[in-house]
Amino acid sequence: MSATTRVGRFLDSDFVYQYCRSPVAVISSIVVLVVAVASVFAPWLAPHDPFNLASLDLMDSLKPPSFVAGGDPSFPLGTDDQGRDVLSGIMYGTRISLLVAVLAIAFSLVVGISVGLLSGYAGGAIDATLMRITDVQLTFPSILIALLVDGVVRAALPRNMQEQLELYVIIFAIGISQWPQFARTVRGSTMVERGRDYVMAARVIGLGSGRILLTHILPNVLGPVLVIATLNLGLAILSEAALSFLGVGLPPTQPSLGTLIRIGNNFLFSGEWWITIFPGVTLAAMVLSINLLGDWLRDALNPRLR
Amino acid sequence: MALLDVEKLVVEFPGRRGTLRALDEISFSIEPGEVLGVVGESGAGKSLTGAAIIGLLEPPGRIAGGQILLEGKRIDRLTADQMRPIRGKRIGAIFQDPLTTLDPLVSVGKQLVETMQTHLPLSDSEARKRAVGWLEQVGIPAASERVNAFPHQFSGGMRQRVVIALALCAEPKLVIADEPTTALDVSIQAQIIALLRNLTQQHGTSVMLVTHDMGVIAETADRVAVMYAGRIAEIGPVRDVVLHPSHPYTEGLMGSIPQLEHRVERLRQIDGSMPRLTSIPRGCAFNPRCTRVIDRCTLDRPDLMQHGATSAACWNMFS
Amino acid sequence: MSSVLQAIEVSRHFDVSRPVLQRLLAGEKKRTLRAVDEVSFDIPRATTLSLVGESGCGKSTIARLAVGLYTPSSGEIRFEGHPLSSARAQPGLRRKMNMIFQDPYASLNPRWRVRDIVAEPIRAFGILSGQKAIADRVGELLSQVGLSPADGEKFPHEFSGGQRQRISIARALSSEPEFLVCDEPTSALDVSVQAQILNLMRDLQVKFGLTYLFISHNLAVVRHMSDRLGVMYLGRIVEQGPGEEIFRTPRHPYTRLLLDAIPDVAMVGRTRTPVSGEVPSPIAPPPGCTFHPRCPLANDRCRAEKPTQTKAGDVMVACHAVEEGRA
Repeated sequence: MSATTRVGRFLDSDFVYQYCRSPVAVISSIVVLVVAVASVFAPWLAPHDPFNLASLDLMDSLKPPSFVAGGDPSFPLGTDDQGRDVLSGIMYGTRISLLVAVLAIAFSLVVGISVGLLSGYAGGAIDATLMRITDVQLTFPSILIALLVDGVVRAALPRNMQEQLELYVIIFAIGISQWPQFARTVRGSTMVERGRDYVMAARVIGLGSGRILLTHILPNVLGPVLVIATLNLGLAILSEAALSFLGVGLPPTQPSLGTLIRIGNNFLFSGEWWITIFPGVTLAAMVLSINLLGDWLRDALNPRLR
Repeated sequence: MALLDVEKLVVEFPGRRGTLRALDEISFSIEPGEVLGVVGESGAGKSLTGAAIIGLLEPPGRIAGGQILLEGKRIDRLTADQMRPIRGKRIGAIFQDPLTTLDPLVSVGKQLVETMQTHLPLSDSEARKRAVGWLEQVGIPAASERVNAFPHQFSGGMRQRVVIALALCAEPKLVIADEPTTALDVSIQAQIIALLRNLTQQHGTSVMLVTHDMGVIAETADRVAVMYAGRIAEIGPVRDVVLHPSHPYTEGLMGSIPQLEHRVERLRQIDGSMPRLTSIPRGCAFNPRCTRVIDRCTLDRPDLMQHGATSAACWNMFS
Repeated sequence: MSSVLQAIEVSRHFDVSRPVLQRLLAGEKKRTLRAVDEVSFDIPRATTLSLVGESGCGKSTIARLAVGLYTPSSGEIRFEGHPLSSARAQPGLRRKMNMIFQDPYASLNPRWRVRDIVAEPIRAFGILSGQKAIADRVGELLSQVGLSPADGEKFPHEFSGGQRQRISIARALSSEPEFLVCDEPTSALDVSVQAQILNLMRDLQVKFGLTYLFISHNLAVVRHMSDRLGVMYLGRIVEQGPGEEIFRTPRHPYTRLLLDAIPDVAMVGRTRTPVSGEVPSPIAPPPGCTFHPRCPLANDRCRAEKPTQTKAGDVMVACHAVEEGRA
């Protein structure tokens, strides 16, 4: 083997080899990358700033995409009823969607992994209690949970804080709806690792449970969980879109893809199809690519390869 | 005519880093009614040999050279469909883990009946009677009741007896037993080995007994082949190979087994370990670890050469 | 203190009853698994006591009891004179004991580098501090077990079974212990690798004055390694004493069965006499002497009454037939 550096070893590994040979993996990761870059760098890349009210001109409203008759090249995908550029709106909107989804999944991972580790290692009554809570929550669709949490937290907050904290409320709601799946997976892996001899070796020299959980067990259970997290990212994006579509998500001043779709929905049958179709296609493409990538990742990291 | 003839068999595993030769031109034969032991350490290729003969090589592994002849006819180039009637009818198999060999959802009687009816023309009642007969032959008490029991209702040793019955019930000429007693307790091992030997003698079945346990071979086999790094190091009558080995590896192997008869201060050890398939040395595969190595050993690969009662692949055998 | 580890009438039970609700509905009683049943032994310093037996005999449970991973249900274990639980509470005493496991593939954390694995006890007990000091010590330990210091950079999966077992031994030695529990350390290894590991363990014992509790199912390996021997059956020690004495003159019928069941590698023409029956389930052991269903010498007393330890020469045997002079 020629590679000696860490990067070199990684590039030479079976994982990278399989990636290069899988059209699905390559295409979907390119799509995800393009969308992610376009949205993260939206303030610099987008042709217009659709939320700067001063730059909007009602004369630009309801222009069709540039490749259709009547279109304007400076608005490649057309404009909405307020004169906002649809392409820029998509880029900024995806930014918000991704931000919400990533933070929600991160929150979910922290809660889920902690519960899973504790439950799997402690066993007994603690395990039983935590798993019953998990079971109860899993009987409800996650969208419903998100709706419920969103509504309750909103009602609990004083009016003047509601607008500022909406972003965090949504992140919290979606995060809460996803943790049980992570907890379950981590619990299963923890129970397997707990019985292994290397854990016993650590216990023989007297290491405490906390240290064993964090330094020994956690690195070995992260694998499957990260794959599920990738798949759930798509779900989180869709959840946020659904909530925004229903009108209980983010406000129109910070529109996400879901909001854009909702706004555009009103114009769908009056002929201005582009306002809702393009955000919808972007959403679908992004979630599909993330799901395909997650599926491929799960198969590629399958222990049968070892 | 030998029952089984393996001639210069080559098994390869094509992979992204090149092709690995797991079996490198091995040749041996099994006579009717004979027990051939195939012994070697992990990675030597003994299980692969059994798998190749019975046509159960896991892809991407494939037979890349040589031939396998069963009763004079080639069986290494057959398709899966052509191989199926041979497997079971003419070659039976016993694997290490009885739990995974037996279908947990089907009663043992039904599994026996199914196997027999696939290969022999028997009516349902005839097959059932024979199934009970087989269970009795392998020493399952109350066979006529136990015939309806499920595998998990048997203990480990009993399960392996059922597996032996399953392997023999279609009356094959050859049985390949891959580590049949490794998963069992030592007192049960003795029972199972005795059973296998008696039954196969009774029915005139040949056995290819694959194991890492030299003790089992010493008691059960007529001849033994010692494998190392995908090649046969030595082959011959068991008494001669065990007591008067020609090949340094065989001699080292026998010396490293702790014996009940006497205690030694230090066990004979062979330094180093078996080479990985990716880095087999030039010439004789054993040369880096050999105490009798000469120049030729690092250049030319030795073929099996007759030496007294055994054949060994060595340029500098013990005299 | 010449005795490093002492077990005094140690028992360990496990509750293996079915879940409460199912049990009540089916009207079942609680089920107890008596994994270890009133076991006593004594290990003098710098010697090896081997415990040998087949599956279900309780030897693995004793291994875990000896290092304090389990606590006894009754009886007492003493380490260098102190009760084991208080010995384990003091880091100074706790570091004197360590364990080597059977499965070389599961006993090393696959995500850790070898140098961190070997250094873990050093760090846990604060024996050395500073990167360089620890790295040097790890290199020294790896050399002692026949590996190279450069192997510390690698991961466990890059090594063979025998090499991993050497890493396990290096890890066990890094806390500078005096007592090692070896739970079937060579059972998963090939015969020639086993020879290397057993020789290594003997050398280390001589060099460092180590005391071993050696668990195995292989009598030939045990003969090679041990000074004293205990034969276990269904949680009890049925024969115990100096190794050579027991091998020369086995008294308990089960010991004889075990010796007879070993294959005759030396081909001296010793025929095996396969004995019928299998080890019964430890959950529902036979009454009286648990070996009686398989024993050629069983009489009515054996079927009803549990035997106590009788002295026969230097050996303690739990057998009515021996006691009555019938064996």
